[in-house]
Amino acid sequence: MKTSTSDRSFYLLVHLFTLIAVLVTLYPFLYVVSVSFSSVDAIEKQRVFFYPVEFTLSGYKMVLQYRELWVSFYNTAWYTIVGTLLNIVATCMAAFPLSRAQFFLRRKLNFFIAFTMYFSGGLIPAYMLITSLGLYNSRWVMVLPILVITFNVMICRSAFESIPNEIFESASIDGANELTMLYRLAVPIIKPTLAVLTLYYAVYHWNNFFTALLYLGKQDLQPLQMFLRRVLIMASPEVMQKMGGAMTSNALAVSSLQVRYVSIVVSILPIITIYPFIQRYFVKGITLGAVKG
Amino acid sequence: MKHRLSTLSRLIRRDKYLLLMFAPIFVYYVVFLYVPMPGMLLAFRDFMPGQGVFSGEWVGLQWFDQFVNSIYFWRLLRNTFLLAFLPLLFGFSIPILFAICIVEIRNSVFKRFAQTVTYLPHFISTVVVAGMIVNFLSPTDGIVNTMLAKLGMNPVNFMMEPGWFRTIFTSSDIWQSFGFNSIIYIAAIMAIDTEMYDSGKIDGVNKFQELWHLTLPSIKPTIVILLLLSLGGIMNVGFEKVYLLYNPATYDTADVLSTYVYRMGIIGQNYGFATAVGLFNSVVTFILVLTANTLTRRLTKMSLW
Repeated sequence: MKTSTSDRSFYLLVHLFTLIAVLVTLYPFLYVVSVSFSSVDAIEKQRVFFYPVEFTLSGYKMVLQYRELWVSFYNTAWYTIVGTLLNIVATCMAAFPLSRAQFFLRRKLNFFIAFTMYFSGGLIPAYMLITSLGLYNSRWVMVLPILVITFNVMICRSAFESIPNEIFESASIDGANELTMLYRLAVPIIKPTLAVLTLYYAVYHWNNFFTALLYLGKQDLQPLQMFLRRVLIMASPEVMQKMGGAMTSNALAVSSLQVRYVSIVVSILPIITIYPFIQRYFVKGITLGAVKG
Repeated sequence: MKHRLSTLSRLIRRDKYLLLMFAPIFVYYVVFLYVPMPGMLLAFRDFMPGQGVFSGEWVGLQWFDQFVNSIYFWRLLRNTFLLAFLPLLFGFSIPILFAICIVEIRNSVFKRFAQTVTYLPHFISTVVVAGMIVNFLSPTDGIVNTMLAKLGMNPVNFMMEPGWFRTIFTSSDIWQSFGFNSIIYIAAIMAIDTEMYDSGKIDGVNKFQELWHLTLPSIKPTIVILLLLSLGGIMNVGFEKVYLLYNPATYDTADVLSTYVYRMGIIGQNYGFATAVGLFNSVVTFILVLTANTLTRRLTKMSLW
């Protein structure tokens, strides 16, 4: 079938727009990666634009030897794994009772948690509470105050509600109590939803910076994002010096640029590697949300 | 009375596992979310550090007075509003346009590639994005200024110019989110009944007409709901992004209510004042959401609740 001229121009526009969108999204990453593999000299001479110039791994060698990078990586991994695990368990434990139609406190507890989505004490009271609980400079501050996100509890609750009640009825005839019903029956059935929630929580923990900023003064506990902030934005002389070693001051300023971009690459590498595999999960999750909402 | 008590205990015994299950989360909500709520009262007291939450004398609206009359009041209000509204204004249409394009692309390799690439920035942390921005715009070795130099122009210290902040903030926001935000529109477009398109083709509509008269009207509900949801967050300018990008030189256009609360309250330890500002922020947000919702209900008969 012959496409008319106006249709052809439509498709041209569509492809052009998409191409521009892709290039605009890609270029910053391309540039960052290129600089990270370029020699200090080439960066200084401002010769890097689209690809590495005078390929070198010296930046990576430097950054990967820096102890603080690994400490903060470890911290972020700890917060993400422990946090997400607790999140999922707690979310299920909260959502399941709320999904059971005959649960006598269902309405009241639904309101109880929904209310917190609209009202909160604010930053200062929260800050005072957390510090008075002794959570300042404690690992658990990254994990406990955000035990569940109410919105996610609601998503989980909807998922549980969509399970046909007969399954639970026959289980209860077989003598199962609700705890067994939850972890033997309900959880396996809503695995796709849990996968999406795991993703949401994990990404939250991985990128969490604000909580650490407020409550983690001790550098050894700080997550990757705090480290990155120091290296990329605050460019504190002491970090630069430790990573740059002994060099001329001009080279130091520029190798700090290389070092910064290497840090960016190193820190987003885990996300980029996992990302293609999880893409279909969050797309499905949002689509599900769109259909339900 | 006795009957009620025995009914209650019967219910508790029947649902005891459910109660057990929910109990830890209940404790969490009470401790971390409900206990701080009365802390709002700090906004009306002159808090003495180290003497407990209810210490200090009652000062009524003194902090609010101080805030509203301070030289920063209008600036903060304006910045908070603009930095929340501008990304919405400029960024709202882009995910929709992009979704339309993605759906129309036949080549599945290009389609998947475009989607994968554009969804990615959403998952990159704010710190990394801000870090890229700060370094790209650096006057000494940032790529933007390098390119400007090659075009014969003088370097611009973007991060220090209040006039540039809004542009930088808004465009980086759009850059990071347009791909991910398009997902829901893609889903909505794919859910449209194809019958309509078939009869359209028989009637001989071209692609542009198809878009304007068929596709867009069909996803109007989705668009409106998302618009409403975005408006709901309008006063919650992300603290993180502003905090990472601003500095005293750009406070005039960059300082927002949440960063001000942080500086006054956490750093300056002026708890009463900061709580008052935070409370003010919440109230204004609430009014805005209410207004936005009422307006939309009047105009389109659809609303959030």
